[in-house]
Amino acid sequence: MEEKEIKKTAGTKYLNPYMGGVLLGLVLLAANFVAGRGLGASGAIKSVVVSATTVIAPSAEEKSDFVKEFKQTHHGNPMKTWLVFQMAGVIVGGFLSGAIAGRLKLKIEHSPKITSRKRLILALLGGIFFGFGSQLGRGCTSGAALSGMAVLSLGGFVTMMAIFGTGYVLAYFFRKNWI
Amino acid sequence: MGPLAVNEIISENTNLFLAFIIGIGFGFVLESSGFSSSRKLAGVFYGYDMVVLKVFFTGAITAMLGLLLFSLFGWIDLSMVYVNPLYLPSAIAGGVIMGVGFILGGYCPGTSFCGASIGKIDAMIFIIGLFLGVIIFALGYNLWDELYMAGYKGEPKISTALHLSDGFFALLMVIIALAMFWVAELAEKKFPREEY
Repeated sequence: MEEKEIKKTAGTKYLNPYMGGVLLGLVLLAANFVAGRGLGASGAIKSVVVSATTVIAPSAEEKSDFVKEFKQTHHGNPMKTWLVFQMAGVIVGGFLSGAIAGRLKLKIEHSPKITSRKRLILALLGGIFFGFGSQLGRGCTSGAALSGMAVLSLGGFVTMMAIFGTGYVLAYFFRKNWI
Repeated sequence: MGPLAVNEIISENTNLFLAFIIGIGFGFVLESSGFSSSRKLAGVFYGYDMVVLKVFFTGAITAMLGLLLFSLFGWIDLSMVYVNPLYLPSAIAGGVIMGVGFILGGYCPGTSFCGASIGKIDAMIFIIGLFLGVIIFALGYNLWDELYMAGYKGEPKISTALHLSDGFFALLMVIIALAMFWVAELAEKKFPREEY
């Protein structure tokens, strides 16, 4: 189904955004129908971190309330969770789409007004903030905002407005990095 | 019938296999919509590219309406579908911190994996940052667990909180989204730029 869509819009670089949205909604619907939960991303990172703690520092594992909290809600191997498998799929799916569209290329994308080095420092910082915030907020743009909104979760709407609201408030100060 | 895994219609391993397949669909749709480009994503904050708003809200509404229809047809028991719990202070604080991360880094976790999958080095660095952020949260957990656990409100639905039926709220969302799409199209005309 997805391949057919690509052919239909072969004249443009990307899929029509509304068509992309409908397909995204169908994927999210499928996730809920199959697993009774939506899509996510940061949860998989948490699984990897918990798993690494278990291997690298088993003594820290017992002391850490963070790991305890994770183990209360997840049973068995932390890598054998739904989101870890789903995120492995995301990497494959992204790669396939990029390969079909001819977008596979190693590069640092940034505004001509900033250097590659500055872009990478900002990307690292942004990742640290986003990673931290996704734990505090119990999910990121995928798990909390998008999936939460689809199931009409009040928490999902709150997180969505906090993420994008903050982005808009700060956008002016960071315009040089993007425009 | 649904959710299949919760009703034990499919085994745990089948569920994980389907997670992988669904993930492929997720990654494919994100990448083909242009979510592998941070400059495209950041466009939503400046009006020059509103693809995030269009895809995000069309996706949320499609899934929202799909779930309501599936429930109406008796294909899914919505009481068995996970609804995110609400801890108000941490939901807001976490969201604000994520917003800072978004404007600095240009990606969110899901889209950064998409970007990395097609070779964006900035996305790979963002992912390293994500891991560091989660590790910092884990290491300092005792410093913020009070904030993390404060203000638990159960798993409230926005429709219930507003005293509306699920269907009526979904209709409102569709109308709001259409209005936003109209504004988004105007913004893109006003702030044109080349495709990234």
